[in-house]
Amino acid sequence: MSTGAKKRIMREYGECMSDTPPGMKITFDEQNMTEWEILLDGPEQSVYAGGHFKLKLTFPNEYPFKPPVVSFKTKIYHPNVSNDDKGSMCLGLLRPEEWKPPNKVVAVLRLIQTLLIEPNPDDAIEPSIANEYKENRKEFDKTAKDWVKRYAK
Amino acid sequence: MTLKRASDDIDRSEPAKKPTPDTTLHTALPATPLTTASANMDSDDEFNSSQVSDDEFMADQDSDVSIEDDSDFDIDQDDVGFESQDKDIKPTKQTYEVDFIVYSPDQIQGHQDKQVDEVSNILGQPPESTAILLRHERWNKERLIDHYMEKQEETLESAGLGETSTTNPPRLEHVKGFVCDICCEDGPDLDTFAMRCGHRFCVDCYKQYLYTKIKDEGEAARIRCPGDGCNRIVDHKSLDLLVSSDLQARYHELLMRTYVDDKENLRWCPAPNCVYAIQCGVRDKDLIRTVPTVRCDCSHFFCFGCSLNDHQPAPCALVRKWLKKCEDDSETANWISANTKECPKCHSTIEKNGGCNHMTCRKCRNEFCWMCMGVWSEHGTSWYNCNRFEEKSGHDARDAQARSRQSLERYLHYYNRFANHEQSAKLDKDIYLKTEKKMTQLQNTTGMSWIEVQFLDAASQALQQCRQTLKWTYAFAYYLARNNLTEIFEENQKDLEMAVENLSEMFEKPIDLLQGLKVEMMDKTSYCNKRRVILLNDTADNLQKGNWEFNVTL
Ligand SMILES: [Zn+2]
Ligand SMILES: [Zn+2]
Ligand SMILES: [Zn+2]
Ligand SMILES: [Zn+2]
Ligand SMILES: [Zn+2]
Ligand SMILES: [Zn+2]
Repeated sequence: MSTGAKKRIMREYGECMSDTPPGMKITFDEQNMTEWEILLDGPEQSVYAGGHFKLKLTFPNEYPFKPPVVSFKTKIYHPNVSNDDKGSMCLGLLRPEEWKPPNKVVAVLRLIQTLLIEPNPDDAIEPSIANEYKENRKEFDKTAKDWVKRYAK
Repeated sequence: MTLKRASDDIDRSEPAKKPTPDTTLHTALPATPLTTASANMDSDDEFNSSQVSDDEFMADQDSDVSIEDDSDFDIDQDDVGFESQDKDIKPTKQTYEVDFIVYSPDQIQGHQDKQVDEVSNILGQPPESTAILLRHERWNKERLIDHYMEKQEETLESAGLGETSTTNPPRLEHVKGFVCDICCEDGPDLDTFAMRCGHRFCVDCYKQYLYTKIKDEGEAARIRCPGDGCNRIVDHKSLDLLVSSDLQARYHELLMRTYVDDKENLRWCPAPNCVYAIQCGVRDKDLIRTVPTVRCDCSHFFCFGCSLNDHQPAPCALVRKWLKKCEDDSETANWISANTKECPKCHSTIEKNGGCNHMTCRKCRNEFCWMCMGVWSEHGTSWYNCNRFEEKSGHDARDAQARSRQSLERYLHYYNRFANHEQSAKLDKDIYLKTEKKMTQLQNTTGMSWIEVQFLDAASQALQQCRQTLKWTYAFAYYLARNNLTEIFEENQKDLEMAVENLSEMFEKPIDLLQGLKVEMMDKTSYCNKRRVILLNDTADNLQKGNWEFNVTL
């Protein structure tokens, strides 16, 4: 990773610290600043309220010319998070075609928070969950809340 | 564009006598000569009669697939404008074959240049700008001309060719108080760059951005300004100013790829390092009615619809479903395709060492079928149905557990055969290579000059191609709902399978006998190829007519 990239990550970290979006805690290892751990509270107005989600944010070597990679370490029932051990996300800013180098991590974190409040079933990574979200909202809400109880307490 | 009808062609029912295939002929047939029928061929009549109906059917197919009353098709055909080139579209030979043309990179470049010149004259723009405009409109020249005539300035602007950028060439600048929004560097001596949209970044970041787009993401014609939310395309003058010459070369190579990618009737040959592109009139919407296998000049057979290896007779949609299913079920299925099995009689371990499915246990001499483990002697009789899965009685099916077990069994039945032919094709190839090598050695040591390996090569190719087809017949059959046509299909499948096993078996004969078996081997080769053509014509014909019923939606 270039010194320019490291410099930028440090700078972004500073910005995130001074202006952390509410409901979020960011930590990282001094030895390896390319991996951030994020603790995210499920937003009050969402089905994920009361849950605490652990996320990993990884900066690729080409950062900021390529987007950071986000994965949920805590299992979550959500159309935009892959329902496997990776818990990966790939939409909006997080897609290489969409990401622009001036974009900042803080925008990514805000995007994730927004998605917890309002999932985007039209750009889903889990089509069956997206379908349930659209067609059978009650069932979706039930499972999502159930998973919060089981995995995110 | 004129298409030759199949009836214009020579009478194909006459077997070719020369063993040298016409290499310029672009058909999906293997490069294998047809020899006269052998004694065990009971289906000459069947074969010939299927030929007659093929010709009749060809007319249907032409109007369905190729000469559609579909204006975008006509435009594209016109667009491609290769009519004057030395290669003509070859007449379709069989129901399952489609027309196509193979182009070299020079021909593709020539064609792009021709279109650029044409449009350049109409718009009164220099060729360089016209190329950008055409790429911007994905080579739809009618749309470009319309847009340009309607809103000239806006069209130029959106392609990154606004007035200022054509009169003021792009240049680097030093700007007072500038801070790069990407790397956070500042300073009065910093080289910076911005296009007309004004999104300014330091030159290093701009370069790095373009490098990532071109080198890592393979983008060229539609690289956007790095500015947040800006959709302005980086024009090639700006690009030339910013990037090194080797990256420029890659950029122009990618532009050529974009041309083929943007044209619905052009596709790159997917073979590694192959530089040819193929033109074919089959469209996405046609793919439920036809399986467009094309053969590149590099001799790679692939599907024009999905770029995968030749998967006749299964339509692309079924292939996707099947591969997905195999991937999902691979763990269950893995054990079954393992390379060793037990002899069903004495339970000693038997390893498959050739492609042939006719196994003989070394220990107890039991002869059995590798696929179904049934006794081999039963495989020639009328009640042999190694290829067909017998649906169990309705009684079983009522039980949910039995149902899921049966559905797994049914899948494994087809998967086992699918995987088996894949594996056998590899083994056939191995054994052929070994045979060829041994025969050459024999020739060298004994000084004999009688060896002519051509027939072995033809046999090997036929085996490869027929097994490829057989393999996919099992994926096809898995999704096939039974109707009155499935029986004919299964008969054809069984006949091809037996023909293939008979030929495959020949390779296991001692080397010194092979020369004496030349005629028999050539007959069996030609019979295999014929059976394949019959099967594929039948499946293609019924697919065209929408006669197959599938248990999934395509
Ligand atoms: Zn910079
Ligand atoms: Zn811009
Ligand atoms: Zn090729
Ligand atoms: Zn295909
Ligand atoms: Zn045995
Ligand atoms: Zn069998």
